Amino acid sequence: MILTRQDRVLVWGVTGRQASFWTGHMIAGGTRVVGGVHPARAGESHLGLPVVGSGRDLGFDVALLFVPPAAVLAAAADAIEAGARLLVILAEHVPLHDVLFVHALAGRAGARVVGPNTAGLVTPGAAFAGIMPAFNDRVFRPGAVGVVSRSGSLGTLICLELVRAGLGQSAFIGIGGDPVPGIRSTDALAALEADPRTRAVVLVGEIGGTLEQEAAAFALTMTKPVVAFIAGAGAPPGRRMGHAGAIIDGTGAGHAAKCAALEQAGVRVAAIPGEVPALVRAALTSAEGEGS
Amino acid sequence: MTLPEHQAKAILAAAGLPVPPGVVCANAGEAAAAAVRFGPAVVKAQVPAGGRSKAGGIRFAADAAAAGRAAAALLGGTIAGHTVGAMLVEPRLDIVRETYAAVVADPATRGPLILFGPNGGIEIEAIAAADSGALRRLPVDILDGPAADALVRLVPEVPQAAGFLAGLYRVWREQRAVLVEVNPLALLACGALVAVDCKIVPDGAGTAGDGQPTALERQAHALGLQFIELDGPVGVLANGAGLTMATLDMVRHFGGRPANFLEIGGDAYTRARAALLLLLGKPGLKSLVVNFCGAYARTDVMAEGVVAAWQALAPAIPLFFSVHGTGEDEAVALIRGQLGLTPFERAEDAVRAAVEAAR
Repeated sequence: MILTRQDRVLVWGVTGRQASFWTGHMIAGGTRVVGGVHPARAGESHLGLPVVGSGRDLGFDVALLFVPPAAVLAAAADAIEAGARLLVILAEHVPLHDVLFVHALAGRAGARVVGPNTAGLVTPGAAFAGIMPAFNDRVFRPGAVGVVSRSGSLGTLICLELVRAGLGQSAFIGIGGDPVPGIRSTDALAALEADPRTRAVVLVGEIGGTLEQEAAAFALTMTKPVVAFIAGAGAPPGRRMGHAGAIIDGTGAGHAAKCAALEQAGVRVAAIPGEVPALVRAALTSAEGEGS
Repeated sequence: MTLPEHQAKAILAAAGLPVPPGVVCANAGEAAAAAVRFGPAVVKAQVPAGGRSKAGGIRFAADAAAAGRAAAALLGGTIAGHTVGAMLVEPRLDIVRETYAAVVADPATRGPLILFGPNGGIEIEAIAAADSGALRRLPVDILDGPAADALVRLVPEVPQAAGFLAGLYRVWREQRAVLVEVNPLALLACGALVAVDCKIVPDGAGTAGDGQPTALERQAHALGLQFIELDGPVGVLANGAGLTMATLDMVRHFGGRPANFLEIGGDAYTRARAALLLLLGKPGLKSLVVNFCGAYARTDVMAEGVVAAWQALAPAIPLFFSVHGTGEDEAVALIRGQLGLTPFERAEDAVRAAVEAAR
């Protein structure tokens, strides 16, 4: 789930206005976009890319789904049948049962799913797939910090703070805000732990669900330092705040419980996003002290 | 929003699952008339809230006259924050055992999960918390559905429940529901199973919690915006749930109190003007911080909306910006040109300035 320059990306729904805007930026940023899928417009050319009717008509590695929520299941099934290694699903509000079918089909085929409702994947200086401002060098620069985020907008702010402090990113992995995400925070942490370019990891979480508790347990097994910011310290209990996942829905889902679990696992937790870079520097310094 | 109990039970009945014979009543006379057929009866307030029994929303009546009195007492009252407008009248049942049955989506396995508690009842959460074995879990492959023998193994104490669970799973699939829950699923003295209470949460039923929305919140929801009114003086407008929550956290971190949660992420980013017009209608605002980090949401498009709303209402409160990400240069130029303001370089500086201005 760390995108490389070699990964061949095929874009479902490429002809849409938003998809065209973002695919154009992806190509300009060096991403190996091989084409687009639109059953009614097969044979046409768009943004200089071939448009095909199905994923089976073109070799690719990563399926980027820019289709509306109701069309996600059909597009994902096509991508999985065509042998996609990884699916990135951007749409928000995909019907729950469709999401479960996507996960079941992907599971049987051995494909991984990022999302739904993810902002996508960015490897600064190499490639990106999704809707993050990877082309803005005030937000993304090549570096050694891996960022895992449920939210695209808050992930953007954290990346901005890192770059402002002179720290670049090795990769950004968007978990997304769907109630049933494909890859979870622990999967992203495992990928960054194994990634040779990553020296520290920033986990950007929020209230609701159990992703942060799982991440805390996994962080105990990691050799690389982890810094976290968890949004929602002041959220009113029981009120839903946008992401379906971000609801205080029982013991453990609240802000204090998540921060306590992370701190117990040795993760440094920032009170506000602006504190993240200093904590990353401190973590890197002490990690290198231990290593020498 | 959770479906009312009587609607949920009608769905179960249509799927061939056993529910008590019941009558939906709008007043005491109807309740008494319904109870004549039943003898001893139960009168249940139809409100979409858990803990209804504890809150006094379920009354037992020995006869028709008592059922009428119970209905009169419930009608128009408030149960768990909801006004009672209808009651469901059912016969009292001779229950020998209460169990718990549910179907949900499980984020951990990314698939359906059938839950069965051999000892159900109103305190199922407490029972499950105290004893992890009290709630049995059967993960299901949604491509195959639940295997009959796996269902049989889940319910050794109550063999009849295997067929019920198969039916409940079908209801969950056909309704494309988030949750279907029967609590209690009762075993009667005659050996039959009955769904005494049922909760169905449809997909896309974005609940804003148990409280009643305010007038402003209702207007925002009608526009497709997430809006929660809070009691502080610092207005907050940001894009995306995560960034908006983080902005609220920053307001509190610097000693301020936010006035609201209002996010215009996803495709709502084009509705910044409507969102801000709404927010500026909230009494007691003393400052406003606009914190945009454009990913999908283009900050230039959002800034246009903010400028339009600000110029339309010309509010007499100070405004502070932080704008970064997609469309940032155009957005900053627009804010400078139209409002004569320079966005703060750092989000936390904009928030701190808004907190100080509201003191």
